[in-house]
Amino acid sequence: MSDTTDAGAGTTTDAAGGTTSSAPSRRSLLGWGGAGLALGAAAAGGAVAAVRDDGSDAVPAADTGAAVPFYGAHQAGIATAVQDRLHFAAFDVTTKDRAELIQLLKDWTAAAARMTAGQTVGEGAYGGLAEAPPDDTGEALGLKPSRLTLTIGFGPSLFAKGRFGLEGKRPEALVDIPKFPGDNLDPARSDGDLCVQACADDPQVAVHAIRNLARIGMGKTAIRWSQLGFGKTSSTTPDAQTPRNMMGFKDGTRNVSGTDAAALDKHVWVGEKDGSPWLAGGSYLVARRIRMHIETWDRTSLSEQEDIFGRDKGEGAPVGKAKERDEPFLKAMKPDAHVRLAHPDTNSGATILRRGYSFTDGTDGLGRLDAGLFFLAYQRDVRKGFLPVQRSLAGHDALNEYIQHVSSAIFAVPPGIRDKDDWWGRALFS
Amino acid sequence: MRAVRLSVVTAATAVAALAAVTGCSSKSDSKSADGAIQVTASDDACKLSKTEFAAGHVQFAIENKGNKVTEVYLLFPDDRIVAERENIGPGTKQNLTAEVKAGSYEVACKPGMKGSGIRQKVTVTGGQTAKRDPKLDAAVAAYRTYVQQQADDTLPKLKTFTDAIAAGDVEGAKKAYAPSRIGWERTEPVAESFGDIDPKTDVREDGLEKGQTWTGWHRLEKALWADGKIGDEEKKLGVQLSKDIADWQKRVGTAEITPTSMANGAKELLDEVATGKVTGEEERYSHTDLVDFKANVEGAQKAYELLKPVASKNDPALTAELDKQFAAIEAQLDKYRTDKSSYEFTSYDKVGPSDRKQLSDGVNALSEPLSKLAAAVAK
Repeated sequence: MSDTTDAGAGTTTDAAGGTTSSAPSRRSLLGWGGAGLALGAAAAGGAVAAVRDDGSDAVPAADTGAAVPFYGAHQAGIATAVQDRLHFAAFDVTTKDRAELIQLLKDWTAAAARMTAGQTVGEGAYGGLAEAPPDDTGEALGLKPSRLTLTIGFGPSLFAKGRFGLEGKRPEALVDIPKFPGDNLDPARSDGDLCVQACADDPQVAVHAIRNLARIGMGKTAIRWSQLGFGKTSSTTPDAQTPRNMMGFKDGTRNVSGTDAAALDKHVWVGEKDGSPWLAGGSYLVARRIRMHIETWDRTSLSEQEDIFGRDKGEGAPVGKAKERDEPFLKAMKPDAHVRLAHPDTNSGATILRRGYSFTDGTDGLGRLDAGLFFLAYQRDVRKGFLPVQRSLAGHDALNEYIQHVSSAIFAVPPGIRDKDDWWGRALFS
Repeated sequence: MRAVRLSVVTAATAVAALAAVTGCSSKSDSKSADGAIQVTASDDACKLSKTEFAAGHVQFAIENKGNKVTEVYLLFPDDRIVAERENIGPGTKQNLTAEVKAGSYEVACKPGMKGSGIRQKVTVTGGQTAKRDPKLDAAVAAYRTYVQQQADDTLPKLKTFTDAIAAGDVEGAKKAYAPSRIGWERTEPVAESFGDIDPKTDVREDGLEKGQTWTGWHRLEKALWADGKIGDEEKKLGVQLSKDIADWQKRVGTAEITPTSMANGAKELLDEVATGKVTGEEERYSHTDLVDFKANVEGAQKAYELLKPVASKNDPALTAELDKQFAAIEAQLDKYRTDKSSYEFTSYDKVGPSDRKQLSDGVNALSEPLSKLAAAVAK
């Protein structure tokens, strides 16, 4: 689905309450126990850090420096208020040894618990043996936890026969995504056995997290591809200003709210009875790198741009309406308008939770901005979420003239980590 | 070789770094795993298991049994910091390692990370460093022999190459080029420690300093593969290369070698592979990168095997991983040669992007644990 899909169920609570000014620095947090960290942070710096007490993953848009609790019924980084920055990495598992893969997932979980709490990995970035490289790479020292979340996913290839004995556990809904018309997918930037989505309000914190996990994984995993993102293009905390995408349009007005437990249960979290018990409380993630033809878009007339989206550029109001959040009247839009084609009403109610980010990877060899949208969508069942919507868009969306999908991947995202003895993938491998 | 190492200044830095490592490599009893000094910090006490210990590597095993976050310092008498560990949470343990000379010091625990802390005077004894494990001395001696052997063996192979250059025999010189470099590549960290030789023999065109004349292997590589001819200029360069390598062979025995410099040298060899060989930059005209690659791995493995008796005792998990990864990279390299006893490898321009990625992943898988070898040796 493309950059600007307006798919989304009911919506808006202004959840941005509870923001305060100062959060403790990472340095002052070093050494605090993981689970107690959020409370400790609150005491130390006066920050309001949300604690998930009901397993709903309903975290308010807290202070941008605070720590997001790592433990809970669902993995953080899905319903969590969208952070400003992204480093997403897909890994190939290079070991053939199941036990080694399990140990890696345990090691990653432990490191993730520390890093999301603002702590260093292992014995830290300094103070150890002078002749040996430090355990932690150190570039996040002195930075706040920055609401870092780390979210893991398992790709279809991990379940392949003869690899780790998981073939019987591949969920039916973990489908191979078909090629859509117009796709120009680069295999070197697609798929992967594992993925880790690192979101944070500080890019350095997100990059630090992926870098350290990659390092811990060397010899067992290798980074297949990765993507940096900035400028969140959708929000799980609908507030006054919906973020704009690289085309200058407001995007994600109708996204699933991270505080709407009913909508999350219906559209995002996999249920106990959905066919894969190990995945209950988890979700499915579709990742697509969508390149925008920025220069030709910028030469397109305002009226055509607005027709293509079905919204006006200034306010973001649907065609014929005054305000961004006014209920769209789809029939007033052109038949190939993006919002019209992406809307749940056009797709039998198909609804996904989007967490996309803009990207700009410099310029290509032809002097064109290599920019666009790194689309991330979470849903309970891809066959009822991403696939029907993208089928509708790929066939008819007027926006297709200005965008191209260049990478694609799908992952099953396991449920949250319950406590210190739990680890990413425990239910899958047990 | 790495282009960045070419200036005399950076080469000198490398030598200095080597010397610094040497300074750190002395072993003291207090550094062995069970010889750590226990520091038990609480909200109102700072207890040390001993207050007098030998100079050298000192490890403090700190445990915070208090309710406040604490920090522990090792201080000179005038309060300058020798080493510190901050943010030690209640109920947590941290290690602090410091290299300490004989003298009087103070250890300070600072519950709440405030004030001047709870002080404890300590005395560090022994003007000389404690004895090194004789196995490590044996490893260094064996490695010194190996380095010399490699240099000795290089001379006849280089002669084959330079003789062909002198005879104007392009094909013969091409054939002798990669083999003439193997000994050098196997011992490159030591070879590079001579800051004046390396820039003359192994510099690439893009590594030249302003005003520096391009000499050595890669200059001849370009003449042979890119220009396809040997002129008077090249013949002179062949003679020069022979002289420079003979100079190396004479001096290589004097290189400063310690157990940790051997371990870090092994890691540096893989760094060479990671930055220059997997990219195909090193041998951009001849595409014989896999020969250098193989030689770098062999040199690293030699240093590792010599250190292994000590390392495997200190960190058996690490050496098990290294054994596995060395075997894996060799198996990967074997895919690119038909005969395992020869050094005829696939031309690197025939190795596609996904195969290069696999080689790069293999190098990372080996280099990461290899970077921990120095610690395992220094324990």
